[in-house]
Amino acid sequence: MTTSPASPRETTEGAVYTVTGGDWDEVAARAVTSDDERIIVNMGPQHPSTHGVLRLILEIDGETVTEARCGIGYLHTGIEKNLEYRTWTQGTTFVTRMDYLTPFFNETAYCLAVEKLLGITDQVPDRATLIRVMLMELNRLSSHLVCIATGGMELGATTIMIYGFRDRELILDIYELITGLRMNHAYIRPGGLAQDLPPGAVDQVRAFVKKMRKNLPEYDKLATGNPVFKGRMEGIGYLDLAGCLATGATGPILRSAGLPHDLRKTQPYCGYETYDFEVPTADTCDAYGRFLIRLEEMRQSLRIVEQCLDRLEPGPVMVEDKKIAWPAQLALGPDGLGNSLDHIKKIMGTSMEALIHHFKLVTEGFRVPPGQAYSAVESPKGELGVHAVSDGGTRPYRVHFRDPSFTNLQAMAAMCEGGQVADVIVAVASIDPVMGGVDR
Amino acid sequence: MGLEEKLPSGFLLTTVEQAAGWVRKSSVFPATFGLACCAIEMMTTGAGRYDLARFGMEVFRGSPRQADLMIVAGRVSQKMAPVLRQVYDQMPNPKWVISMGVCASSGGMFNNYAIVQGVDHIVPVDIYLPGCPPRPEMLMDAILKLHRKIQDTKLGVNQEQAAREAEEAALKALPLIEMKGLLR
Amino acid sequence: MSDPKNPERDQGNHNGNVPVQRDDTGEVIGTRRGMFGANNGGDTSGYGGLVRTVRLPGAAQRPYGGPRGDEGGYGEFDEIADELEGALEEQGLVPGNVISKTVVDRGELTFHIEREYLPAVARILRDDPALRFELCLGVSGAHFPGTPSDTTNAGRELHAVYHLRSLTHNRLIRLEVSAPDADPHVPSIVSVYPTNDWHERETYDFFGIVFDGHPALTRIMMPDDWQGFPQRKDYPLGGIPVEYKGAQIPAPDQRRSYS
Repeated sequence: MTTSPASPRETTEGAVYTVTGGDWDEVAARAVTSDDERIIVNMGPQHPSTHGVLRLILEIDGETVTEARCGIGYLHTGIEKNLEYRTWTQGTTFVTRMDYLTPFFNETAYCLAVEKLLGITDQVPDRATLIRVMLMELNRLSSHLVCIATGGMELGATTIMIYGFRDRELILDIYELITGLRMNHAYIRPGGLAQDLPPGAVDQVRAFVKKMRKNLPEYDKLATGNPVFKGRMEGIGYLDLAGCLATGATGPILRSAGLPHDLRKTQPYCGYETYDFEVPTADTCDAYGRFLIRLEEMRQSLRIVEQCLDRLEPGPVMVEDKKIAWPAQLALGPDGLGNSLDHIKKIMGTSMEALIHHFKLVTEGFRVPPGQAYSAVESPKGELGVHAVSDGGTRPYRVHFRDPSFTNLQAMAAMCEGGQVADVIVAVASIDPVMGGVDR
Repeated sequence: MGLEEKLPSGFLLTTVEQAAGWVRKSSVFPATFGLACCAIEMMTTGAGRYDLARFGMEVFRGSPRQADLMIVAGRVSQKMAPVLRQVYDQMPNPKWVISMGVCASSGGMFNNYAIVQGVDHIVPVDIYLPGCPPRPEMLMDAILKLHRKIQDTKLGVNQEQAAREAEEAALKALPLIEMKGLLR
Repeated sequence: MSDPKNPERDQGNHNGNVPVQRDDTGEVIGTRRGMFGANNGGDTSGYGGLVRTVRLPGAAQRPYGGPRGDEGGYGEFDEIADELEGALEEQGLVPGNVISKTVVDRGELTFHIEREYLPAVARILRDDPALRFELCLGVSGAHFPGTPSDTTNAGRELHAVYHLRSLTHNRLIRLEVSAPDADPHVPSIVSVYPTNDWHERETYDFFGIVFDGHPALTRIMMPDDWQGFPQRKDYPLGGIPVEYKGAQIPAPDQRRSYS
């Protein structure tokens, strides 16, 4: 105990220094002699019920949490820095991996910012915007399903987890049909979409909406009125409106405090003002209210998806400006998705200029006029904002994501302190943080 | 390990090897080591449609001390690396590691300051599973391949010999840059 | 969405939304030379003589316009600016000293604030009933370093960019503060907007901007013992060369690139 922080010890190999944290020894010594019941529990970063690599540092007095802090950064990926070394179009491939449960929201928010910088917001074709909205709303469904499923699993209710993942698979099948991938799509590109809907997609989405309408009440039956479920959720993770605004919480957390703030209504993007849907709220400020809001939002999302399907009309899915739109016609080849052979034959055989242009656009990318732009979308977790700065080059100068999970997670301390240890899990699950989004 | 390590080489040892391999492969307990996108696919694999229970592995252990397979699912950051190594050290022998996804295997597209460029810098890896993220079917294929590997695991003197052979083969192997692949 | 302060620039753009000056107006933040990133001599690409000046949108003139504007070009942005200037004067501050520049670009209003006045401005923006920006959307950093041969941007290399949203009035504005590399200090606004706690820690972690007055300014994303501030422009990406069969390609920041 009394050794200095780095005391030398002679061995046959020479002097060996054992470095111990100096002041931590004192802290530990004082903790041993003090006679209260308080202990510090470190949950995570590798813990089955912390929703990913989140580290919770809880000071506990008996069963009561007296102080709660988060340790984050265990999934920091440096995506924002990586973006600065890729073209604007390649950026979608990176941003889709930030919050990996809401890929289409990341892509759309990023693309809206790039389009704003380019000044082509109004030129994006209607069909592209419609498909974006449809995919975003399907994505809202799949994200809420994972939230409810993993939240249930962390409470020990594995049935609800099996239900959630069962329905999510149906949505992933649609993603796979449309984009070719189950996750991490990079399907929404600056100026429009990577390609049009494949044949059969509309029918499959319609069939899904029908099936999902039948499946959604099962969550009600299983959980909404369940006394055990209610007992675990009601009054837990309490955060009122003033607390939400102070901590910057948005999304279901803010709406559970009774404020119907939804960017789709207040600052419409992608033509959301023309859709008919409602913003559910609750006045309970607790985890149960957030659960009910998520359920109702899934119903509203189904309504929006149906409206998208009714409005779909044939047309282009990329801006006409050939300086931005890739002259690509994708087709499935023996080695995966790529440019169609017919198209390659055409540009190789008939137009030298088209070939050069294609080459330049793919290798160099388009230039974006200097300036900065902020675009925000209402992701399932709250306001997802993108601050993009261009210096006039072909690559982003700086892109910053204001991720709702990151901001909402700050409310964890306010929600958990004074409660029981077991309720920490409920509160964190009701925030629905996705560490990919928190740490980026 | 136990008595089986002390057996002399020969018929008895190979029989014990086969029996132990069969027993071990039939109830692999994975530790939950979900990190990023791949963790979601790993959970999907455990859920209804893909149903990992068919291979006796649906019970993901929360504690590393009860697990013998670590599925490193996702990108490993520099900050997470010591934690990952500690969890690995806490797992009892015999233990195996599947590096799920391209980020865990090689750093993938995140070739930058924050991500460990391949989890094999930290822990020995048995199966590398490519994909971003790999489909649940791919994860199951990797698990089945691991089962085959566990079944063929050598014990005692045979294990030492196998380790020596593997080391010699690794020393003789051509570095990647000197290999001539399909494209050269 | 047309630019009311400079209507002649609308001509020739069918969208009516000219994003930025392509002429020689605006604020110079640097120059880019050559192509393919060949900066260290030995440029055999033939593009070494190319010089491109980088100009960010410059200060706007009244009226600023904005959504729901009238015929004379007077719009919401003018309302916000008027209210802010009025409130500053009430507190005995000279608006010209506090707001160094007001930029209107792409339908967004940006106030460039002198850094020592940032907490006062934030408090006014939050509390004034006519402004009421209740929700702060965090802070984002940006680094515009100069080079020994290019010092156009000296003294304002580090930028902290704040976005504020008003739920009451349904508005969004941006505040921008700059600090020199040699003195990377910006006052913290955590006391006004507690939500900026983690955001300021993140910006400190990545850019090394020291937010004076923050309750616990420590690293949040990187390990505690990390050296350097990874998202500054002078910090390398840190990738390693990727080996393939019979070939090796350098890390993304070591490759040739279009400047």
